[in-house]
Amino acid sequence: MAFKLDSKIPAGELAQKWSNHKAAIKVVSPANKRKLDIIVVGTGLGGASAAASLGELGYNVKIFCIQDSPRRAHSIAAHGGNNAAKNYRNDNDSVYRLFYDTIKGGDYRAREANVYRLAEVSNLIIDQCVAQGVPFAREYGGLLDNRSFGGAQVSRTFYARGQTGQQLLLGAYSVLNKEIAAGTVKSYPRHEMLDVVVEDGEAKGIIARNLVTGEIERHGAHAVVIATGGYGNVFFLSTNAMGSNGSAAFQCYRKGAGFANPCFTQIHPTCIPVHGTQQSKLTLMSESLRNDGRIWVPKKIEDVEALRKGTKKPSDIAEADRDYYLERRYPAFGNLVPRDVASRAAKERCDAGFGVNETGLAVFLDFKTAIERLGKDIIKQRYGNLFDMYEEITDVNPYEEPMMIFPAVHYTMGGIWVDYNLMTTIPGLYAIGEANFSDHGANRLGASALMQGLADGYFVLPYTIGDYLSKKIQAPKVSTDTPAFDKAEKDVKDKIAKLLSIKGKQTVDDLHKRLGHIMWEYVGMARTKDGLEKAIVEIQKLRKEFWADVRIPGGDKEFNVELEKALRLVDFLELGELMARDALLREESCGGHFRTEHQTEEGEAKRDDEKFAFAAVWEYKGEDAEPEMTKEVLDYEFVHRAQRNYKD
Amino acid sequence: MNFTLKIWRQKDAKSAGKFVEYPIKNISPDTSFLEMLDILNNELIQKGEEPVAFDHDCREGICGMCSLHINGHAHGPSQAVTTCQMYMRKFKDGDTITIEPWRSAAFPVIRDLVVNRGAYDQILQAGGFVSVRTNSVPDGNAIPIPKADADESMDAAACIGCGACAATCKNGSAMLFVAARVSSLAKLPQGRVEGARRAKAMVAKMDELGFGNCTNTGACEAECPKAISIAHIARLNREFLSAKLKD
Repeated sequence: MAFKLDSKIPAGELAQKWSNHKAAIKVVSPANKRKLDIIVVGTGLGGASAAASLGELGYNVKIFCIQDSPRRAHSIAAHGGNNAAKNYRNDNDSVYRLFYDTIKGGDYRAREANVYRLAEVSNLIIDQCVAQGVPFAREYGGLLDNRSFGGAQVSRTFYARGQTGQQLLLGAYSVLNKEIAAGTVKSYPRHEMLDVVVEDGEAKGIIARNLVTGEIERHGAHAVVIATGGYGNVFFLSTNAMGSNGSAAFQCYRKGAGFANPCFTQIHPTCIPVHGTQQSKLTLMSESLRNDGRIWVPKKIEDVEALRKGTKKPSDIAEADRDYYLERRYPAFGNLVPRDVASRAAKERCDAGFGVNETGLAVFLDFKTAIERLGKDIIKQRYGNLFDMYEEITDVNPYEEPMMIFPAVHYTMGGIWVDYNLMTTIPGLYAIGEANFSDHGANRLGASALMQGLADGYFVLPYTIGDYLSKKIQAPKVSTDTPAFDKAEKDVKDKIAKLLSIKGKQTVDDLHKRLGHIMWEYVGMARTKDGLEKAIVEIQKLRKEFWADVRIPGGDKEFNVELEKALRLVDFLELGELMARDALLREESCGGHFRTEHQTEEGEAKRDDEKFAFAAVWEYKGEDAEPEMTKEVLDYEFVHRAQRNYKD
Repeated sequence: MNFTLKIWRQKDAKSAGKFVEYPIKNISPDTSFLEMLDILNNELIQKGEEPVAFDHDCREGICGMCSLHINGHAHGPSQAVTTCQMYMRKFKDGDTITIEPWRSAAFPVIRDLVVNRGAYDQILQAGGFVSVRTNSVPDGNAIPIPKADADESMDAAACIGCGACAATCKNGSAMLFVAARVSSLAKLPQGRVEGARRAKAMVAKMDELGFGNCTNTGACEAECPKAISIAHIARLNREFLSAKLKD
C-alpha cells in the first residue's frame, strides 16, 4: 500500500504560514504535560535542544545517546557557524533572502514552507544561544560579529572561532543539564536504540541496548523523537564521527516510516585528502577558510608533474600559471560557491589530470594573497586552530605552502520523511535535525545544519508535538508489557544472537570498507545508470557475504564494540542499496546528486522540473523485496525555479 | 615503522587488570595513533582474540571522547593535542609504547581503556548553566560584551571534558574542568547573575564525587589537550571565596 502523504502545509501567504499554524494547533495544559512521557533519541543540537525545551514545558523526557555523555554528539565537530537573518551588517539581508538562498542552494528540491519557517526562526536561535552564555565572536564595540559562507552574498554567519558547533552544543547541553537537575529529563548515556515500537499504528517507545552491560531495555512513551543525525558513514570514509550511524532512522523505516530522498548526499569540497588504505576517517577543513583562501590547480600539466615528482613546490608556480578555476567559472561567487558546485569543479579538474598530490586527487587552498593583504597575525587569529590541525595531520605548514584539499562525504540531506509538524508517517514518531529530510533539498548551504537542528529542537517541535499529545491527555502511562514490546525485544535479541553465531572470517571494518568502496565508486560524486545498477547487485552480494562470514568476538551481555559496529553495518548494507535505488530513479542532476547523463554543456547540474519536482518517499517491503516509492510533489507557490546561477 | 605496545587489559570493572604486550609492524608514519589501534584490533580479531576496547568518536580532537595515558602522559607526549590527533611520526621506530586508561578514583574502568566519566556530567548538572528558558531572552545584541571578555570566555569554553586534568593530577582534582566552566560564564554578564551559587554548587559536587583538592602543581594545564590555563582556577577560587564570604 502506497503512502498517503499529507505534508500539512498551512494555507496562506508564505510569511504568515507559521504564525497561522501556531495559532491553529492545540496546546497541552501544564497539569496534563506532567502526565505525558516523551523519548528523545540523540543528544546533538536537535535532540539536546528539544529535550531541554520539552522538559522546561513540563513533559517527562528520557534522552538517549551512544556516547558516554550527551556533550559528545557529533554536532560538536561543526566548525563554521550558524546562519541568521539579523542583517546586523546592513548588507540588505532579510528573512526572505535567507529563505531564497536556502531554497536555491538546495536546487529547488526542499519545501518552501519549511524553509521559510527555518529562516524565520533563525534570529531567535542567536538570541537564545547568547542568553545561554555561548561566547560568540564579537567586534570591538561588544556586538556580535559575522562572516560569509558559501551560496550567500551577505555576511550572516555567527560563529565562535572555528568551534561554533561545539559552543552551540555546549549551550544546548547546559540547558539540558539544567533540566536533568530539575528532574524533568532523565539521561541514558551509552545506550543505543535498536528498535522503535509501534502499536495500534502509533509509536509507543523504543528498545535500547545498554552498551556497558549489554542488557536489552524497554522504554515506553506517548511520543518518540528521532534526532540521530545522518548516515554519511555508509561510505565508511566520511567526516562523520566513527560512531555516527543510520540505524535509528533505519529502524523507523523498517517499521513503516517513509524515507525521503536517500540519495541526496553532500560531498564537502574542503577536506584533507585520503592517504593510504588504513585511514579511518576524513577530516574537514572548515568552509570558513574559503572566505580568505583561494582554490587553484596549475594551468600547465608539466607543473602538475613537477609537483608530483617533488621538483617544484606550489609556491614556485608563478601567478600567471595558476588556474583559480572557481573564480574563472563563477565570477559572482568565486571561491564561495555552494559546496556541491565547488566539489564537482574540483573533481572536473582532477579528472582532467590537474590534481596535485601523488594520487592526483587534490587541489590547493591557498592563503598567500590573504596573508599579503591582511598579514599573518590576522589570518592566525581567524583560522589559527585549523592551520594547526592541518599541520598536525599532514606535516605541512599552511602559512608557507598552500593546503591540499579534496571533497569528502559530509552530510546527508535525505532522511526520514516528516510533515510540517516534523512527524513521520507513523503517528507519534518525530524526526528532527539531519535525521529528517525537510529543509535542505538536494544540497545544504554551509552554516545551515546547526541552524536547522536548533530551529527544530528549540522552536518548532516543542509547539507541534503538543498538537499530537493534546489527543493523549486521557491516555494512561504507556505499558511496555504488551505483545508489540515482546516482539520488538525478541526480534532484537534474535538478531544479536544470529550475528554472534556466524563466527566467520571477516571483520566488521573490512566488510564496511568494501561497502564504502562500492558507494564512493558508484553512488558518490558522479552517478550513472550502469554504475548504480552495478552498485545494487554488488551491495546485495556483500550483504549475503556479511551474513555468512562476519566475525564478531565476545558475547552479548558485555561491553562489545564489534557487536555495536556490526549492528550498524547491517543497516548500512540496506541503506546503501536504498540510496542507489533512489539515485537510479532520479534521472536528473540536482544539488549533490549528479547523474553524468544529465548535465549542461558547461558541465553544470541539469534539473528536470517537469519530471522530478518531488521528494521520493520510500516504503520498506522486506529485506530482499523492492521498496515502493510514493511522490510528494513539491508545488512552488512563491519562488520561480530557475537554473542555479552563481556566475553573475 | 614497528612498535611494541604494552596495553592495559581489564575485562570489566570488577576484574583485575594487567599489561599485555603486542608487537605491531609496518605502520606508516602518517597513521594516526587510533588508526594504529584499529589495525591492531583487526589483527587480534583475525587471530580469534578479543580486541582492545578504547573510547573515541570524532577523531578531530573536539568531542572529548578519546582519552588514554600514553607513556605516562595524558593524550600522549605531544602538547595541546588529543590522542586522536596524534600521528605515529611523533614516535621513534622500534619504540615500546605503554597505553593505560585514565587512572582516577572518580573514573572507574569499564573495560580495557574505557572509563566512566559520568562524574563530569554530574558536576555540570550541579550548576554549570545559565537558568534561561527557551524563548524568554532579549535580542542577541542587547547584551554588549567587550571583545576581550568574550575571547577569554571562549578560551575557557574550549574545554572538551575529556578528563585529562583529573586523570593527570596527583590529587585527582577536577579543578581545571570546574574552573573552565565557572570562568567561562563568569566573564559574561549572562553568567554573573548566578555566579555565586554556581561556584559553590559545582565545587561542593566535585568534593562529593570523590575528586581531590587542588595544590597548584600545574600538571593539569601542561597535559590539557586544549591548553586551558590555570589562570581560570585562580578565577574560580575568587568566585568561590567571594561567594562564601557572603554566606
